[in-house]
Amino acid sequence: MLPERAAEGAREVDAVFLSLIAMALFFVLLVGLLILRFSIKYRAGSRADRSGRVQKTWRWEVTWTIIPGLIGLAIFIWSGWVFFDVTQPPRNARTIYVVGKQWMWKIQHPDGPEEINELHLARGQPVKLLLRSQDVIHSFYIPAFRVKQDALPGRYTSMWFTPNKTGAFHLFCAEYCGTEHSQMRGTVYVMEPEAFQLWRSSASPKDKAPNMPGTPGAPLAITGQGTFFDFGCNACHTPSARVIAPQLDGLFGQQIRLRDGSLITADEQYIRESILDPNAKIAAGYAYPSLMPTYKGQISESEMRDLIQFIQDLRDGWPGKGETP
Amino acid sequence: MTAAAADPMQSFIRSRWGWRDWLLTTDHKRIALLYLLSITGFFFIGGAAASLVRLELLTPKADLLGEEIYNRSFTLHGIIMVWFFLIPSIPAVFGNFLVPLMIGARDLAFPRLNLASWYIFIAGGLIVLSAIIWGGVDTGWTFYTPYSTTYANSAVVLVIAGIVVAGFSSILTGLNFIVTIHTMRAPGMGWMRLPLFVWSTYATSIILVLATPVLAIVTILVAIERIWTVGIFNPDLGGDPLLFQHLFWFYSHPAVYIMVLPSMGVVSEIIPCFARKPIFGYHFIAFSSIAIAVLGFLVWGHHMFVSGQSIYASLIFSILSFLVAIPSAIKVFNWTATLHKGTIHFRTPMLYALGFVGLFVLGGLTGLLLAATAVDIHVHDTYFIVAHFHYIMVGGAVMGYLAAVHFWWPKLSGRRYHEGLGIFSAILLFVGFNLTFFPQFILGYEGMPRRTASYAEEFQLLNVLSTAGASILGVGYVLPLIYLLWTLRKAPDAGPNPWGATGLEWSVSSPPPQENFAETPVITGPPYAYDTMSDPMNQEYVHG
Ligand code: HEM
Ligand SMILES: [Cu+2]
Repeated sequence: MLPERAAEGAREVDAVFLSLIAMALFFVLLVGLLILRFSIKYRAGSRADRSGRVQKTWRWEVTWTIIPGLIGLAIFIWSGWVFFDVTQPPRNARTIYVVGKQWMWKIQHPDGPEEINELHLARGQPVKLLLRSQDVIHSFYIPAFRVKQDALPGRYTSMWFTPNKTGAFHLFCAEYCGTEHSQMRGTVYVMEPEAFQLWRSSASPKDKAPNMPGTPGAPLAITGQGTFFDFGCNACHTPSARVIAPQLDGLFGQQIRLRDGSLITADEQYIRESILDPNAKIAAGYAYPSLMPTYKGQISESEMRDLIQFIQDLRDGWPGKGETP
Repeated sequence: MTAAAADPMQSFIRSRWGWRDWLLTTDHKRIALLYLLSITGFFFIGGAAASLVRLELLTPKADLLGEEIYNRSFTLHGIIMVWFFLIPSIPAVFGNFLVPLMIGARDLAFPRLNLASWYIFIAGGLIVLSAIIWGGVDTGWTFYTPYSTTYANSAVVLVIAGIVVAGFSSILTGLNFIVTIHTMRAPGMGWMRLPLFVWSTYATSIILVLATPVLAIVTILVAIERIWTVGIFNPDLGGDPLLFQHLFWFYSHPAVYIMVLPSMGVVSEIIPCFARKPIFGYHFIAFSSIAIAVLGFLVWGHHMFVSGQSIYASLIFSILSFLVAIPSAIKVFNWTATLHKGTIHFRTPMLYALGFVGLFVLGGLTGLLLAATAVDIHVHDTYFIVAHFHYIMVGGAVMGYLAAVHFWWPKLSGRRYHEGLGIFSAILLFVGFNLTFFPQFILGYEGMPRRTASYAEEFQLLNVLSTAGASILGVGYVLPLIYLLWTLRKAPDAGPNPWGATGLEWSVSSPPPQENFAETPVITGPPYAYDTMSDPMNQEYVHG
């Protein structure tokens, strides 16, 4: 009765689900059988003994408050645990950029290939999807992976998984998004890693030099590096710059302390916000208002995406400057 | 009718029959009947829309209605059923009819406000129905932004206007009940002697008064953004789409308790009566209603586990949602314990009440699955949700409403309906309901998203089953309409108290006199003082 499972977290989700079903069954049977038994035994006209009714009710009340309470608490903890697991991507996850729009899914791999309503994945490789919508709210849903995440306009959300079974699986939009919502469907193909490599090289446009920044099919980080210089980000954010600005290498995924003392993870949403609205969150040690100008209205969503991939790759140091971890 | 003598003890139905005597009445009982008529109309309109939806889903392709009309049908269905049937159902009909009778009062605290509430409700309903002429709405009853504010091409603003107007009716009705229950109880009717139906009406009224304004605010904001392109929810204009969801569910989660609490009150009246036994754990049932009303305000975020809300917020909403199940569980266990060592009669109202308990337990327990974050990210926005809320709203609230209709029909009309037909349609509804909605749990776990006119082939079998069940359900809803109306033409007199029930409403004639009580009753004991000796239903067993 359970649908096909094709990702690592799916087994845990099913396990929580089945235990909850078992618990539900227990209570349904408990209440159902009690009602049935009382209904038969104490039906009007029966000769059952009706003396000695329970007088002190509060013992019963306490019992049937505490026991379900404890069961609920246990399940909450377990399910919260699994939830944490399936929402926190590992560092080595490959980022794939997904855009929902009425009524299709556009998918951009970091190293070039672009697809529509199809998503090709390598078995065993953890993948993180960075989602965004171009219009209304959509929701990226792969039942076989047991995951779903809304895609919102104006900000990023993310989800991750490690497919562990090859095959073709449904991709649905789960949030009602207008007339052709039911048509907003696609297919996820999970392939053996070798087959995936093959697909990737054939899906990247061959006739263009793939490493030229700005060419469709070029790795996003390379295009992003071009954008980084075009917008003049390098004036402040390079090791040799004279202005005091945060260093971007090794930044991605780190915990940052902000001016107000709070901690935040430098994820895609944080970087996006820092570019569009530099004053929203200022890192500790920097002045308010920020010296950085806003790029709102100047930078396109695809340029944003490329920049983010570039900054993400800076995790491993500046390109061409040797390994500086 | 005959030239009406001004006899205040004449039945409220019998006394004057000019159009003014009905349309300008301030009698709570007549207003209850006005509501009964109007929500029955809305129920069948909402039902017609549901039938269209179910018929479209017989095949995987969007072939019968097409997507456009399908979307408008399920939206109309949701809006009518939620705001124009379920929310007013028990409170506006039976709350109106029973609260004064149960507490020994002549009327509600503000009779004219009560009449105004009905007119406001009807105005709201007519506005929404008029939107159908303009093509209807296609946003779903949830109006998610920025779809509703920027992208939808349908009569969003008109429908919102209707809902806001109807909301004022809810607020005024709730206010009226609260004041009435506080100030108009008969001498001796202390809080701990109130019938549990009054307690649950009280809890419901608190939610009506506190939550409905938020609905009005958030829908008006949608209209403002839509008309004047002011950036509130649309990020392109500088707004925040999730703000809408927070405000909407801050109302709409408590709203599901508006729908189900009154049914719980009804069941708490019926079970002791047909088990001939005082209710088990009166205080716990009474206070669990208040607990539900309060906790119900703190769990709205469980509708947003995959919306992009912070996972820490999600975890807090998750544990609060587990907590809110506890007062419901307390009620279920107390109802069950009431049966223990009782003398149980299986009459139509009792079958509905027991049906309520069974279906509510299933609906409530599947709610725990949804409160479990890890499971919810898989089943959110699938048919699992559709099944879950129909178990609560149709299996629970509508069953409770029909239980009330069958329990108090003799009081309301003075007539008895055919018991055999009553039992038959109660069983038919139970079977039809499960056949319609149980398959949707499986569909949901298999991954079928909701609100889709077309779907993947492998989901067809269960959808066909569901549609088949819906046709049985349809018959089950039409039958009571027929045999209850029939009693108005020809049926035995009910007498003041056919069930041998305790409770003040049963101490007056049926239908109750215009004035309710010849003189103000004085209450000397707790409610539910049932004993088997004074049981009219027992005669048939004693005498053979
Ligand atoms: C009697 C009281 C009922 C109430 C209060 C009720 C309420 C609702 C609500 C609030 C929705 C959500 C609408 C939306 O997602 O926009 C819904 C959806 C639905 N209802 Fe009902 N319903 C009732 C009866 C029925 C019946 C009798 C049927 C079947 C004949 C039915 C079939 C459906 C279906 C198939 C959907 C899903 C539409 C979709 O999401 O595509 N409902 N209902
Ligand atoms: Cu969509």
